[in-house]
Amino acid sequence: MNAIELHKKLEENAGLLIFGILFVSAIGGLVQVLPSIFQESLKTPTATTKPYGAVTLTGRDIYIREGCSVCHSQQIRPLLAEVKRYGPYSRAGESVYDRPFLWGSKRTGPDLHRVGGKFSDIWHRLHLINPRDVVRNSIMPAYPWLAEQAANADGAIKRKMRVLQKLGHPYSDEEIEAAPAALEGLTDIDALIAYLQILGTSRSPGDTP
Amino acid sequence: MAATELKKNEVYHDRVVTALVIFSVIWIIVGMSAGVYIAAELVWPTLDFGEQWLSFGRLRPLHTNVVIFGFGVSALMGTAFYSVQRTSHVPLYAPKLAWFCCFAWQICILLGGISLLAGWTSSKEYAELEWPFDIAITVVWVSFGIVFFGTIAKRKIKPIYISNWFYGGLIIVIAMIHIVNSLAIPVTLSKSYSVFAGAQDAIVQWWYGHNAVGFLLTGGFLGMMYYFLPKQAERPIWSYRLSIVAFWAFTYSYIWAGPHHLIYSSIPDWVQSLAMVMSIVLLAPSWATMINGIMTVSGASQKLKTDPALKFIVLSLAFYGLATFEGSMMAIKSVNVVSHFTDWTVGHVHSGALGWNAMITYGTYYFLVPRLFGTTLYSVKLANIHFWLALAGTMLYVLAMWGAGVSQGLLWLSLDEIGELSFSFKDIMASMPPYYALRLVAGLIFLTGTVLMAFNFYMTMKGRRTVQVRPPIVTSHWA
Repeated sequence: MNAIELHKKLEENAGLLIFGILFVSAIGGLVQVLPSIFQESLKTPTATTKPYGAVTLTGRDIYIREGCSVCHSQQIRPLLAEVKRYGPYSRAGESVYDRPFLWGSKRTGPDLHRVGGKFSDIWHRLHLINPRDVVRNSIMPAYPWLAEQAANADGAIKRKMRVLQKLGHPYSDEEIEAAPAALEGLTDIDALIAYLQILGTSRSPGDTP
Repeated sequence: MAATELKKNEVYHDRVVTALVIFSVIWIIVGMSAGVYIAAELVWPTLDFGEQWLSFGRLRPLHTNVVIFGFGVSALMGTAFYSVQRTSHVPLYAPKLAWFCCFAWQICILLGGISLLAGWTSSKEYAELEWPFDIAITVVWVSFGIVFFGTIAKRKIKPIYISNWFYGGLIIVIAMIHIVNSLAIPVTLSKSYSVFAGAQDAIVQWWYGHNAVGFLLTGGFLGMMYYFLPKQAERPIWSYRLSIVAFWAFTYSYIWAGPHHLIYSSIPDWVQSLAMVMSIVLLAPSWATMINGIMTVSGASQKLKTDPALKFIVLSLAFYGLATFEGSMMAIKSVNVVSHFTDWTVGHVHSGALGWNAMITYGTYYFLVPRLFGTTLYSVKLANIHFWLALAGTMLYVLAMWGAGVSQGLLWLSLDEIGELSFSFKDIMASMPPYYALRLVAGLIFLTGTVLMAFNFYMTMKGRRTVQVRPPIVTSHWA
C-alpha cells in the first residue's frame, strides 16, 4: 500500500481524521513544551527571590486588573542597549512566583522589570494619578480611582495566599493570618506602588549584569 | 417543493448560519469601534475621561477578544455549519445543539466583554477571560465539535472534503490549547491563579497564543477559503493533493513556533532556536496553500473584474501571503531583536487580521448572504466602494505601524560612538503621535467600509427569510 492509498483511508474516516489531527498537532507540544514544565531550573528561585507579601501581591493583582502589562513589558533582554537602559537582564529564577507571568509583548511604555527603587513613592503617586504632571508628553492613561479604593475591598487576600500556598509558594500560616492586617488602611495605589518598588530588586549584588 | 413547507430534517439548517453571520457582523463593528477608540486614546490619552471602563488597559483586551472570538469564531462557526452540510450532503447533526452553540457563544462574548471592562482578567493574551468563561467556552466548543463531527459522521459523500479538515483542526487544536493554558485555581468568581508560573507559564501561554492565531485565525479561515473560493471562482481546487500535503505540514509545524514570541527572554535557548527554525519551515505549507488558492482563481480572471466577493478573497490571499512571510521573517532572531515589543508586531497582526481574516470573511459574506436569502446583493457598487476602503485602510494601517515599529526598534537599540544610549525612551515615545494619528485614520477608513457592508447586508436581508435548501439526491449511498 503506498502513501496515497494510505491517505485515502484517512480521507474517508472521520475517527481517523480526528485522531490524526490530535496526534500530529500534539507532537510539537510534547517535545517542546512538556520538557520545560519538568525543568527544575525554571522553577528554582534565585537566591534572593521571595514570594510576594500581602501588600505586594495585592499590588500585583491591581497591575493585572488595570492591564498594565498591555503596554509595559517586564523582561529585559540580554542586549547591551537593554541592559544600559533598564538594568541587568531578566533571569528565569526571578519570576518563579509570577502567576501568571507578566513579561508582556509590547512596550508602548518602558520596560518595568527593574523599575523598583528608581523613582520615589511620591513620584509614582503623582504619575499614576496624572502621568502628564511628571512626564510632559506621556500618553499613559491616568488612574485616579486607584487612590479611592481600599486595597482589601474584595476581602480575598487570605484565600489568595492559601491558593498560592497550595501551588507551592512558601507562605507560613502566620503570614497568611496576618495578611488582612497588613492591608488595613491602604488604598489600591499604595499596594500598586509597593509592588512597583520591589520589581526587579531580588537580584543579588554579586550577580553579573 | 416551493409551495409546501419542507420538513425540518429534509433541508439544510441554514437559519442558524444566518444568525451567526448577523452576530459576527455586529461583533466586528463593536470590536473595530473599540479598536478605533483605543487608537484615539494613544493620540489623546485623556479620552478615557478618568473612567475605569474606558481605560486603555481594559479596552484593549475587549477589542482583541471581541474581534477574534466574537467576530472570528461566529464567522467560522457559521461558515463551518454552512459548508459541512453541503460537503456532506446532509443537514446538520443535532440542530438544536447548533442553536445552543450560536446563542451560548454570543452570551459568552457579551458577558465576557463586560467582565473585561470590569477588570476581570487573567492578563494572558487572547486568553484574558477569567475561569467561569473558560469553562463556558469549553462547553460551547465541545458542542461545536459534536455538531460538526456528527454531521461528518452521517455524510453521504465518502471522502471528507479539505475545508472540513481545516475546520476540524480548528475545533480539535483550539480545544487542546485552550484547556491546558487555562488551567488555574479559582480564588473568587473574578480571580484565579495559573497553575503555571514564570518562564513555564510564558512557554505554555505562547504555545496557546501562537496557535490560537495558527488554528483559529489561519487554519479556521483556510477552511473558509477552501470551500468558498472554489465556489465563487466556479473552479475546483487547483491541486487537491497539494492541499492535503499542506494541511498536514501546517498542522505539524505550526505548533512549534509559539516561543518565537519569547526570543531573547529567559526561557531556555534551545526552545527559542527551535521555534525560530520551525517558524521558517512553516512558510512552506503557508505559501503552498496560498499558491493553491491563487492558482484556483487564475482561471476565473474575467469574474475577478466584476465580482466584489471574489476580489475580496483574492486580495485576502495576497495579504495572507504577505503576513505569513513577514511572520516567518520576524521570528528570525536578528530581525526579532528590532521588531519585538514594537508597533511592528501590531502592524503584522493587523495585516493578518484586517487583510486576511476580515477580507476573506467579507468576500465570503458577499457571496453567502444573497444566497442564504435567495436574492441578489442590494448594491454591488457599494461593495466595490467597500473593497477600496478596506484595501486603503489596511495599507495605511500597516505602513503607519511599520514606520512606528521600525523606528522604535532601531532607536531603542541605538548606541552612540562612546557606547552610550543615543535616545531616551521618552524622546522616542514623543515622536510617535504622527504614526498613531495615521493609524487612527486607517482604522476609521476600514471601519467605514465595514459599516457600508453591514448596511448593504441589512438591505439585502430586509423583509426576506432564509431560503430552504434540500440536499441533492445522492444515488450511490456508500454506507
